[in-house]
Amino acid sequence: MTDTAVAKPAPTPEAPEPGPKTSWWKSDAAEPVRRNLGLVVVLILLIIIGVITRPELYSDPTWVKNNFFTILQQASAIGVVTVGMTFVIIGGGIDLSVGAIIALAGVWATTLATQSYGAGGMIFTAIVVGVVVGLINGVLISYGRLVPFIATLAMLVAARGLAAQISGKQTQVSSNTTINAIATTRILGIPLLVIILGVVVAAGWVLLNRTTFGRRTVAVGGNPEAARLAGINVKFHTMLLYGLSGLCCGIAAIMLTSQATSAQAAMANLYELDAIAAAIIGGTLLSGGRGTIIGALFGVLVFSTITNLFAINNLSTEVQNMVKGGIIVVAVLVQQFRYKSLTTLLKR
Amino acid sequence: MSSLSRRRILFGGAAVGAGALLTACTSNAPQENTQVNTDNEEANPNAAPGQKVIIGFSAPAADHGWIAAITNNAKAQAAAYSDVEFRAVEAGADAAAQRAALATMIAQKPSVIVMLPHDGKELNSSGLEAMKAGIPVVNLDRAFPDALAYRLQIKGDNYGMGVAAGNYIAAQMKLKGVASPIIGEIAGIDSLELTQERTQGFNDALKANGMRVANRRAAEFTADSGQREAAGLLQALPKMDALWNHDDDQGIGVLAAINQAGRNEFIMVGGAGSKAAIDAIAADNSVLKATVTYSPSMASSAISLARLIGQNKGMSDLVELQVPKEITLASETIVKDNAAQYAKLGF
Repeated sequence: MTDTAVAKPAPTPEAPEPGPKTSWWKSDAAEPVRRNLGLVVVLILLIIIGVITRPELYSDPTWVKNNFFTILQQASAIGVVTVGMTFVIIGGGIDLSVGAIIALAGVWATTLATQSYGAGGMIFTAIVVGVVVGLINGVLISYGRLVPFIATLAMLVAARGLAAQISGKQTQVSSNTTINAIATTRILGIPLLVIILGVVVAAGWVLLNRTTFGRRTVAVGGNPEAARLAGINVKFHTMLLYGLSGLCCGIAAIMLTSQATSAQAAMANLYELDAIAAAIIGGTLLSGGRGTIIGALFGVLVFSTITNLFAINNLSTEVQNMVKGGIIVVAVLVQQFRYKSLTTLLKR
Repeated sequence: MSSLSRRRILFGGAAVGAGALLTACTSNAPQENTQVNTDNEEANPNAAPGQKVIIGFSAPAADHGWIAAITNNAKAQAAAYSDVEFRAVEAGADAAAQRAALATMIAQKPSVIVMLPHDGKELNSSGLEAMKAGIPVVNLDRAFPDALAYRLQIKGDNYGMGVAAGNYIAAQMKLKGVASPIIGEIAGIDSLELTQERTQGFNDALKANGMRVANRRAAEFTADSGQREAAGLLQALPKMDALWNHDDDQGIGVLAAINQAGRNEFIMVGGAGSKAAIDAIAADNSVLKATVTYSPSMASSAISLARLIGQNKGMSDLVELQVPKEITLASETIVKDNAAQYAKLGF
C-alpha cells in the first residue's frame, strides 16, 4: 500500500496539484510516514497472529498490559543502540562493535572497584567507556582512513577481549540496588526502561531532524565530497557520529546490566546485527544519506514482538531467526523496488 | 573479596589503557579452590608425599565461569600436593592451536597429561600420540572416541543432570499434590550436544512421572540472554508450577527476570552448581530451591587421580591397585538441607 502512494511523483512547483489532502500525503514531507506505515501494518499483523494463536492470554487485560510493557522493555536496550546505529549508517558508516562496546562498558561498570563508587560511578563509567571507545572507532575511520567495516570489526574483537580480560571471564554480579532497580522501577505505571528508550528516541529524532548536526549527518552520508565542499568538516563529524553510537552503547550497557543484574564479556551477543537489521527495515539506506529514527524504532519493535510471539507459542529460536531473516530480506526488497520505481519515473 | 573492593583506584575509563591496571584489581578468581583435604594422612594413605609427578595441563581459554573454574581448580589442587609439579599450557583459540600446544608438551615428557580438549574427536590424535610416547592421558569431560587415546576419562553427566532436575521437580509436584503441573524450561545454547542431552534427560524423567514441559526457551549461557528468554517464558506461562534452568550463570538473569515480573508462585531448579546459586538455595529467599550439579570439581579430582597414576597407585577405597579407566560423575541435587556441604564446590 505504501508503494502505490509513491508511484506518482511529488507535485512539481510549476504544476501544483489541487486538493490539499492528497498533496500532503504524496509530498516529500509525508515520505517517512508512508514508509513507516508498512511497519505498523506488520506490527498489527503480528499482534493479530498472537491474539488468534493464544486467545486465552489476550482475553486478560492485565496480561495484555504486562505483555505490552514486556515487549517494550525487551526492546529498550537494543532500541537505544539502534538510535546510535541509525546515525552512523545515515552518515555513511557502519558500527559492528556496538555489542562489544556494551560488553566492555557493562563489565567495566560492574568491577568491584567501580561498584564501590555507587550507582553514579557505575553509570559514569559505562558512559565514558562507551563514548571513548566510540571515539576511538571514529578517529581510526576519519583520520586513520580505515574502512568502517574493518575498523569496527577490529574493535569488536578487541573490546570483547578487553572485557574478558577485565572480568576474568566471570559473570560480574551487580550488587548495587539502585542500578538493579532501574529494571523494576515504574513511573506513573510506565517502566523506567521504556521511558529511557522514549527519551533517547525523542532526543535522536530532534537531533536528526531539527539541528544542524542532523542535517550535516544526512549531507555527509549522502555525498561526503559535496558536504566537504559545502564547508562541513566531514572527518570531525564522522568521528562524532561514532562517539554518539558509543554513547548509546554506554546507556544500553547500564540498562542491560540492570535487567540481568550482572555483566559479562559475552553479553549483548550479536546486538550489532540486530541493530543494523532494525535500522535497515526501518528504512535507513545502508549506503547512507537517508533514514529515520522512528522507522528504526519500529524495526526494533517488530523484532521484539516476533520474539514475544514465538515465546508465547513455544516455538523454537531457529524458526524465529528464519522469520527474522525473511523480514529483513522483504523489507530491503520493498525499499529497492521503491527506489527503482522512483528513478524510472524521474527518467520519463 | 572485600579487601579488593576497598582498594580504590582510578576508575571510569580515563583511558582504555588503564584497562590492564583495573584488571589486576578486579580479578574475580575464587580464593579457595582446594576441594579435597589432602594432608590428612590417617584418613588417606595416598595423601603421603610420594614419587615426584610432573602433570602437564591443557584447557581452552575460559569464556564461561565453568571453564575458568576448571583451570583454577586444577591449579589449586596441584598446589596442595608437595610431590606434584604443575605445568599448564595455553590451549589457544581452537583445536588446532591446542594440538600444537600439546605436541610441545609431549616433547617435554611430563609424567601425566591432564587435558580438557576443545573437541574430543579433534584432539583424539594428540591423546594417541601422548599415550604412544608412554605418557598417560587423563581426559577431562570431552571424551575421545578412541579408547587407546586415554588412560583415564573423567566426565560429567549431562543426561543425568536433566534426569536429576526432572526427578526433583516431579517429586516436589507430587509432594504439593499438583496433578498436572505447568513446567517451563530454559535451556542453554541449543545447537550444543550437551544442551540436547540435558533436555532429553529432563523430558525422559518427567515423562516417567506422567509430566511434560509446557514451554521451552533456549538462551545462550549468558545472564542477559537468560533474562530475555525468561521474560518471554513468564509471559507465555502466566501461571507456572516449576522451572528448570540449565545453567546457573545464565540463571542470574533468569532470577532477575522473575523478580522484575514479580512472580513467585513456582519453584525453580538450577544447573551446574555455581556459588551464587548454592548460596541462594541455602538462604531460601527466592524461587530457586535446588540445583543439579555438573561440577568443575572434576578438575580437582582429575589432578588427584593423575598424581596416583603417576605414582602407580590405586584409589584407596577401591580394591584394585590401579585407578579405573572411566569415571562418570553422578549429577547431584543440591537442596537447602545439603547446601552447606556443597558450598566449597561452587564456582
